[in-house]
Amino acid sequence: MEQENTRDKDFYWKLFKSTFLISTFTVGGGYVIVPLLKAKFVDEYHWLDDKETLTLVSVAQSAPGVVAVNAAIIMGYKMAGLRGAFCATFATVLPPLITLTIISYFYSFFASNHYMQIVLKGMQCGATALIIQVMYDLLKKQWSKKVAFPIMITLGTFIANYFFNFNMMYIVLVDALIGLFLLQDKKYE
Amino acid sequence: MIYWELFISFCWVGVFCVGGGYASVPLIQHQVIELHHWLTMPEFLDIFAISQMTPGPIGINAATFVGTKVAGIGGAITATVGFVLPSFIIMIILAKLLARYGDLGAIRGILNGLRPAVIGLIASAGVMFFTLAIWNTQKIPTNLASTDLAGLLVLAAAFIAVRKKIFGVIQTLIAAGVLNLLLSFIIK
Repeated sequence: MEQENTRDKDFYWKLFKSTFLISTFTVGGGYVIVPLLKAKFVDEYHWLDDKETLTLVSVAQSAPGVVAVNAAIIMGYKMAGLRGAFCATFATVLPPLITLTIISYFYSFFASNHYMQIVLKGMQCGATALIIQVMYDLLKKQWSKKVAFPIMITLGTFIANYFFNFNMMYIVLVDALIGLFLLQDKKYE
Repeated sequence: MIYWELFISFCWVGVFCVGGGYASVPLIQHQVIELHHWLTMPEFLDIFAISQMTPGPIGINAATFVGTKVAGIGGAITATVGFVLPSFIIMIILAKLLARYGDLGAIRGILNGLRPAVIGLIASAGVMFFTLAIWNTQKIPTNLASTDLAGLLVLAAAFIAVRKKIFGVIQTLIAAGVLNLLLSFIIK
């Protein structure tokens, strides 16, 4: 992992710029930024592959803290060591810091500006399209492997989270236990 | 000293906020309203409203908002750093452990259980965001009359642009915002 420290300047600038912009334009927070980072780092830049990303996000959401920030930290670290982690974290945190500082002075203007609302709404739709694309892609790949157990976990997690609003922490814990006892075989990778 | 108190308070939230998203809300509420009286309840609820339409997770937004209010921009930075620092340390440690022990049978099993779970959670976020964007509800819509036609058009256009690789991630977000504004002059 450490050998990847030898990234050039251009890499850090690209990492910072893309993470900063995704964080800026991603309204709603939380889990939304994860598929967008995946779309950028994996599908656009090919800095990571699907499996690595899913592993890193698994770790990110099993630890304390905000998933979006955790994911940025660990993906940055995987791609370029401590410097990458720092760069990605800084780029994730800076946009809300800037916007919120400005907005805390102009809140009433911002909240009531009609055109601002429409643009933000449009961005929300754009983000949705990106999430659906990532989701479609991952589901298709998983389906094509034709291994029943992981597909059942995906489905079960989706139902527990979407329909029953179970606390994410419990869902993740149950899935980890299922994995620990039943999925150690290589064919489940 | 106020900076130190802000830093420690949000470190605390960062360490104990387990479960993502809104799990941090009661912790922040406890630190900021009950323990330190930095905000009132209505001000705290405002942060919710703001977080719905600005970038960033609610934890970061709350840290910034509270920090600004208590000690200006320096306060915002201190609180945010306090909030992120525990995550940073924990993630680096976990990444190192993963690199070293990732091949152990037990760890491999756990990760094999968690990877499909991530796909399920992304799917859940996708469906939630879809209904939220078009019908303004996180659950399956019951009232189809409230369909946002412009939003549906923007979403479809963005989806095609992404699938055909016409736009990258950033361009898609910006173009979707602009397109929705243009459509708002045409539709109704």
